[in-house]
Amino acid sequence: MPTDEQISAEVRPSDLSQLEAGLDALETGGRQGPSVKTLFARALSPLIAIGVIIIIWQIIFYLQLQPDYVIPGPRQVWDALANQAEQQILWQSTLNSIRRAAQGFIIAVIIATPIGLALGLNSKLRAVFGPILTGLQVLPSVAWVPAAIIWFGLSDATIYTVILLGAVPSIANGLIAGMDQIPPIYLRVGQILGAKGLPRAWRIVLPASWPGYLAGLEQGWAFAWRSLMAAELIAVSPALGPGLGQMLDTGRTLGDMALVLGSIGMIMAVGILVERVVFSPLRQRTLRNRGLIR
Amino acid sequence: MTLTSGAHPVQQRADEGEFSVRIEHVVKQFTADGPIVLDDVSLDVRPGEFVSLVGASGCGKSTLLNLIARLDTQTSGTIETLGAPTLMFQEAALFPWLTAGRNVELALRFSNVPRSERKARAQELLALVHLERSYDQRPHELSGGMRQRVAIARALAQGRSILLMDEPFAALDAITRDFLHEELTRIWLETGMTIIFVTHNVREAVRLSQRVLLMSSRPGRIINEWNIGGHKPWRLDSPDVAHLASEITDELRKEIIRHAN
Ligand SMILES: Nc1ncnc2c1ncn2[C@@H]1O[C@H](COP(=O)(O)OP(=O)(O)O)[C@@H](O)[C@H]1O
Ligand SMILES: [Mg+2]
Repeated sequence: MPTDEQISAEVRPSDLSQLEAGLDALETGGRQGPSVKTLFARALSPLIAIGVIIIIWQIIFYLQLQPDYVIPGPRQVWDALANQAEQQILWQSTLNSIRRAAQGFIIAVIIATPIGLALGLNSKLRAVFGPILTGLQVLPSVAWVPAAIIWFGLSDATIYTVILLGAVPSIANGLIAGMDQIPPIYLRVGQILGAKGLPRAWRIVLPASWPGYLAGLEQGWAFAWRSLMAAELIAVSPALGPGLGQMLDTGRTLGDMALVLGSIGMIMAVGILVERVVFSPLRQRTLRNRGLIR
Repeated sequence: MTLTSGAHPVQQRADEGEFSVRIEHVVKQFTADGPIVLDDVSLDVRPGEFVSLVGASGCGKSTLLNLIARLDTQTSGTIETLGAPTLMFQEAALFPWLTAGRNVELALRFSNVPRSERKARAQELLALVHLERSYDQRPHELSGGMRQRVAIARALAQGRSILLMDEPFAALDAITRDFLHEELTRIWLETGMTIIFVTHNVREAVRLSQRVLLMSSRPGRIINEWNIGGHKPWRLDSPDVAHLASEITDELRKEIIRHAN
């Protein structure tokens, strides 16, 4: 028969919480995010590559392998852009293009998110519409430019149609892929918590699929930007106002290779800038918050 | 230590028909031509009782908890519960996109606690598991034991009277597990919840619970039960725990050896 010493088990809350506090402190070390210095270095590191490219380019230019009007040097390209800037065209074109792409992208997110959620949650809908979405994603959206011009003429509607057809399938497919990768235990916890319907979609399914969704958004942005450039390049009209695609087309019609290269450089620069300023920080933050990187 | 075992008829009825969980003749087959995973399981759990379910891996313990939690439906038989239960797993399964505090708040939200009360209530619940300072920490910043305590706080946030636990401490180290046993007992005594605790650790079951049920494998049935008195939790090194645990382990071994032939 047991004696009282053996039944030791009365819990002494103060002891217990102190022991626990000790364990907790031992088991969780101080962890920090990256310092300002690392963040700065990370943002500036692409500049090194750009510097290297300009140096090689300058060397090729010095060698005079081709005449200047075929391969202009960095200096001439810079001057061509400066010339556009003086006429107020450069910044107007750049801002106008960014504004169009951003607006088109936001509309694409608003359209693609419910589509992705619906197809990701409902396997029957997905069996019917999933292949169409994939087909649209594979089709280069520049293929829609002629059709859009016939439907809408040389108007903003044409431009936005092409952006949407480029971005919506990528975003929706990214979201669906993200939903497929949700660990089933999160959905079971959701069920235990009593989550249903829209609150479930908003509070559990969307955040759980966020890494895939974010990849889709990033790809959707790239497609929106590319589609916009294709549309601006083809649908040139004073009614549409300036844009980087139009600037590129001006270079082509004038046979001004420096302006052509300058425009291409601007288009790439905007792409890199958006990745660095918007998507890269978002991605880093997501990974860090979820403990997927230090 | 008071102890009654196999001499009693197994699966006895609770007093006066008062129950928190009542399982009657439950059969579970995942596919029509598949094996019978649970075969005629009947069990009454009294309100406020702490019951452990032990058995070899694959005997159907998780299946039974999922049925009680209504994550799945039985092939036949009935399961009645006094209110909806909540369920905890071996993994804490906290949402990694939310802080510890927000994880608890989300459970409050889905339990229709008004927004204005959620933060204070979540802080109270974290304080109950001694984690009031971890409100703003992310799950990956917490140790396994702390995460499981947040999961307990989240389960308590639902305000349910039945807590189902599926090997909740199996992935933790021995020292942490020892503390969590004391924590769980304290919370059980404070809240008066009914707890059904699944484990393959016989000592853990003996230490924590008022009643230990032994399950057989293929088909899963409840084949024996032990009633255990005394203060909870028992010290892990208590000779009585060791003695009773070895008795139950012997039975469990016999049951496993039966499958060798
Ligand atoms: N979803 C399922 N479909 C088919 N068989 C399953 C499923 N879940 C569990 N089983 C089977 O049921 C049996 C019991 O499983 P489980 O309840 O997880 O056992 P335990 O939790 O006791 O280890 C196992 O043989 C397992 O293979
Ligand atoms: Mg199991």
